[in-house]
Amino acid sequence: MSAPTSWTIPQVHAALNSKQISARELVNEFYARIERKNPELNVYLALSPGRAYAQADRIDAAIAAGDSVPALAGVPVAVKDVISTHGTATTCASRILEGYKPPYDATAITLLEQAGAIILGKTNCDEFAMGSSTENSAYGPVRNPVNTDYVPGGSSGGSAAAVAADLAVVSLGTDTGGSIRQPGSFCGVPALNPSYGRVSRYGLLAYASSLDRIGPFAHTVRDAASVMSVISGRDPRDSTSSPADVPDYSLGLDKPLHGLRIGIPDDYFGEGIDPEVRQKIEAGIHLLEKLGCRRVSIRMPNTDYAIAAYYIIATAEASSNLARYDGVRYGPRVPGATLIEMYQKTRGRLFGSEVKRRIILGTYVLSAGYYDAYYLKGQKVRALIARDFREAFEKADVIVTPTSPVLPFRFGERTSNPLQMYLADIYTVTGSLAGVPGISVPSGKTSAGLPVGMQIYGPAFDEHRVLHLAHAFEQAGGANL
Amino acid sequence: MKISREDVLKVAALANLELADGEVEMYRGQLDDILTYIDKLNKVDTSNVEPLTQVVAAASDDSALREDVVVRADIITEVLEGAPDPSAPYFRVPRVIEK
Repeated sequence: MSAPTSWTIPQVHAALNSKQISARELVNEFYARIERKNPELNVYLALSPGRAYAQADRIDAAIAAGDSVPALAGVPVAVKDVISTHGTATTCASRILEGYKPPYDATAITLLEQAGAIILGKTNCDEFAMGSSTENSAYGPVRNPVNTDYVPGGSSGGSAAAVAADLAVVSLGTDTGGSIRQPGSFCGVPALNPSYGRVSRYGLLAYASSLDRIGPFAHTVRDAASVMSVISGRDPRDSTSSPADVPDYSLGLDKPLHGLRIGIPDDYFGEGIDPEVRQKIEAGIHLLEKLGCRRVSIRMPNTDYAIAAYYIIATAEASSNLARYDGVRYGPRVPGATLIEMYQKTRGRLFGSEVKRRIILGTYVLSAGYYDAYYLKGQKVRALIARDFREAFEKADVIVTPTSPVLPFRFGERTSNPLQMYLADIYTVTGSLAGVPGISVPSGKTSAGLPVGMQIYGPAFDEHRVLHLAHAFEQAGGANL
Repeated sequence: MKISREDVLKVAALANLELADGEVEMYRGQLDDILTYIDKLNKVDTSNVEPLTQVVAAASDDSALREDVVVRADIITEVLEGAPDPSAPYFRVPRVIEK
């Protein structure tokens, strides 16, 4: 067997156990690739070689001693730069956290390393996970490995590109309104946003706490399932993490689909969707029918209000969460004559344009006189969107939509009008507000070779159903439609 | 016009953000667009709807809560290393109390 370029978790496992390659050699290989490709793609903001090689040597010693090694042993992982890594810079792609080294690890990182995974480094993203293209990074945008003239999506564009460019085997991203699923779609890799509460948020630098989630990117749905089995579960350090049992998500993925009812919101295919996206998703739905699924029409009547509700709630929470960045405890400081002036200069000059826009909007909707009209109204509409999902899941086992109504776009093409950028989050923010799991799985490429992603939603805490269908779709050639 | 230049300045002050002159006008226009768009929520009847603040149902038995136990973290040195102006064991800030 020659060494693959796009390593999967089972291939790493087999190669290590048969001593075809050592974990140290594998890390060498990935760092060599990063050195070659990162100057162009700008995927990684920081590397953690000390940590990576120490972990690799532990794995190699265990294998040499004949010990059995855990599920993710030797698997090189990239981590979005909003997830805390002890001793490795974690900047949220912001100047306000330049050089910040967390004094602790996020729970997801601890769990990955306990399972043998190797943390290679931290990936670029939109500043504080606010954006859909990585053009809001203070350290320059990520280029889409599929075509470097195009954005990789965002905000977790670096984590999506790391997998797509073979600069990691799997990666972690975060999703608040689509920030895992949309870059997965743009870069042509499976990308799962788990149920809210499925993965501990401890150590995730908060953007919007009632919406933020951590989830995986991978070359295969099976690999994403393997990562989920490791990072999911109750964490005493996150009171919103769920005590629900964590199954082995990679078991049973090959079972037949047995008349699964796929709900299609018919009005999702009307105005505003790129014709090539519509065509590829319709071809994807047809493939699902050939696999034995049954198509049912469903209604999601409050979808039209989702963007407005989302941008009220997310920015309100952000304005509160980002109050802590004030030049006192971490990151650089811009001096001022008084304490307030120091706060204002530090925040005004070191936050980027989109972050300030969202802080201002969030502060506005929470301010005296506007709270009921905006924030409370947004939360009531959120309840209606959650109800749409509950009712849809009475008629259908899963819901299938495009991940994004638009194709990957060129740099600068959509930056001048923030509202237009927000509107393209339509299919992903609904699931964010409702708390349900959703995966983006590649569903063909356009004539120009740009990937399209199909989104599959399932009921809360039924990640397995979502992964099962996505796996069947992938195995049936969904990526080549 | 939903939002004035003064509104932007007031909110920026509440959020402790210094804005350059050009930024004030840019944000005013963009927020005006966004707030106008958000007005579509007024078309939704929510008179009998409870707000949804959090999708995780609050545990009725307080099982989400743990004992409040003091645990020594011993990371003061490491935390201060990341601060812009440390003075162990404190963070130093510009004077807030007049002599």
